[in-house]
Parts: sequence; C-alpha cells; structure tokens
Amino acid sequence: MNPANYLYVSALLFTIGAIGVVVRRNAIVVFMCVELMLNACNLAFVTFARINGNLDGQVVAFFTMVVAACEVVVGLAIIVTIYRSRRSASVDDASLLKR
Amino acid sequence: MGHTQTPEAVLFWVLGPLAVLSALAMLMVKKAVHSAILLAWIMITLAIFYIAQDAAFLGIVQVVVYTGAVMMLFLFILMLVGVESSESLTETIRGLRPIAVVAALGFGGLLVSLIGHATIGRAYVGLVDANAGGNVQALAGLLFSKYVWAFEVVSALLITAALGAMVLAHNHRLIQRPTQRDLATARFRGTSLASAAGLPGPGVYALHNAVDVPALLPDGTPSQASISATLKARGDVIDSRPFQLSAIENEEE
Repeated sequence: MNPANYLYVSALLFTIGAIGVVVRRNAIVVFMCVELMLNACNLAFVTFARINGNLDGQVVAFFTMVVAACEVVVGLAIIVTIYRSRRSASVDDASLLKR
Repeated sequence: MGHTQTPEAVLFWVLGPLAVLSALAMLMVKKAVHSAILLAWIMITLAIFYIAQDAAFLGIVQVVVYTGAVMMLFLFILMLVGVESSESLTETIRGLRPIAVVAALGFGGLLVSLIGHATIGRAYVGLVDANAGGNVQALAGLLFSKYVWAFEVVSALLITAALGAMVLAHNHRLIQRPTQRDLATARFRGTSLASAAGLPGPGVYALHNAVDVPALLPDGTPSQASISATLKARGDVIDSRPFQLSAIENEEE
C-alpha cells in the first residue's frame, strides 16, 4: 500500500467536514465539523512527514492540536454565552444579532 | 516508489473506510450527541493511523487531548446547552444542500488531484532514520531548537484562550433574579390560577407510576404540565390514555 492513501482519506475527511460546516445548523455540530477538518489536516501533516522522512510535519501537527484546543475552549464559551441569552444553539438564530 | 508492509495495508483498508463512513454518518444523524460519539470514533481511528505511521507521540497526544479533553468538553457543553437542542434537518436556506454537495465534490476532486500530482513518482522515505533516537526525543529536539519561538507563542495563545474562556463564561445576569415575592405575585396575579397550588407531579393518578407518564387530572384527562420539559423535548414521554370512568362503571354492572 502506498502511504499516499492516507492523504486521500485526509482529503475526504476534510471535504466531509466542510460540507458539515455549511449544511448543519446546530452551532455545536458545526464546531465538531471544524474539528474534523483540523484532524484531517493533522493526518495529512503526519503522512507528509513520513513520506519526506523528517519530523517537521509532526511538529506542525502538534502545534495544530494545541491551537485546536484553544479554539475549542473559546468557541464553546461563545456558544454557551449565546445560548444563555437566546436559549438556542442554532447558527441561523445568531444572525439576529445584527438587528 | 516504496510500499508499506501488509499488516499496515490491512489496518488501513479496515479503518480508513470506517472513518470516512463515520464522518458521513456524522453529517446525517439528527442528535448532536450521536455526532459527538461518531467524531470521537474518527479521532481514535486517526490516533491509530498516527501510531501506524511512526508518530507514536502524536498518537498518544491525539487520544489524550482530542478524545479525552476536547470531546469531553463537547459532551459537557451538549449536556449544558440541553440535549433537547436536536436541530431540524430541514434546510432553512433553499437549495443550500445541493449547492454545498456540488461545491464539496469539486473541492474534494481538486484536493485529490493535487495530492496525486504532489505524490506520484515520489520515493517514500519513511521515518526510520529520523526516529532512530526515539520519536519523543527527536520531536523534543526539534521543538526546543528550530521551533522554540513558535512554542513560546503557542504558550501565550493557550494562556490567552484560558483567560478568554473565563471572561466569556463569567455569568452576567441579563435580567434581575426574581425574588420569592415576585414569584408568589406572578403565581396568584397571573392569567390563570391553575398553577397557584403548584404543578401536578408526574405519574400521580396515571395508569403507570413513572416520571415519564403525564398525570391524570380529576376529570380523567392527562396533564402535560406534570412532566419535565426536558423529557418532553427528548421525546421520552409515554402517553397516558384518558381515564374512562364509564368503562369501570360498565364493568361493575
């Protein structure tokens, strides 16, 4: 098996995550799809590190994980704040902010 | 063109399709909790992939950080925001779904063809040399020499995120908390006196004695006010039939 197959899985997962971000309405599910996209990128980084034979890709994947952890913390705090004032976690309702 | 060993191929062809199928199912399922469980499974699959690709440290970190901390946080927030917030899967913007799928197909095709271009005919090196002194040691060497500046910036980012979450989660009351006096006034001066004596308990005088069965009112009709709103939203409520007084009388005769 060619290690590039991992890259194809990564591309598929990234695409599915992108569809989810556009299609789903629940803010938490949208957020989980963003996490899926980040994970797909990590898989690509790890695979490229292996194909090229150096560890820089793994270091970048490690940084991505740290940034994703930060993003989850802040993003979920925002969702909870919006939910507290609107009683809804739908991304459609949040557009009411501009009115 | 290098090729990997057979066991890894078996691992890949078993877990890869499973991961993609779980990702697709994640889009389809209605309840956010099910999406979270499927995502946790995808993350475990990716951790196995990392370990299979000589990235042992990242594989362990993936399990600890993603399936451990991040998914736990997601489930925690799901419980907080309410399990009842299962969305309707009807599209609110007309034609969004076909457009999204077409755009995604184009995007995915682009990605796959680019990957094909970038990797076809390339010899695959492998990490045996790079990991010679141990994966963790080699990563630490890179992290604290070449990437030390990025490492420091990321630590600043983590602290900022922690502070930001604390500021955002700080509870500002949007409306004043109602006092006991306000509550009592609302109960007796409200439009209806039905709730003045408190709401009926669930399952009382119903055909079953359980919290998910609406109580029967003295006239025999089931009272929806007697069950918790959360149970109602989850759809876990059993209907209690209106009690037929005349049926009992007929049986006695």
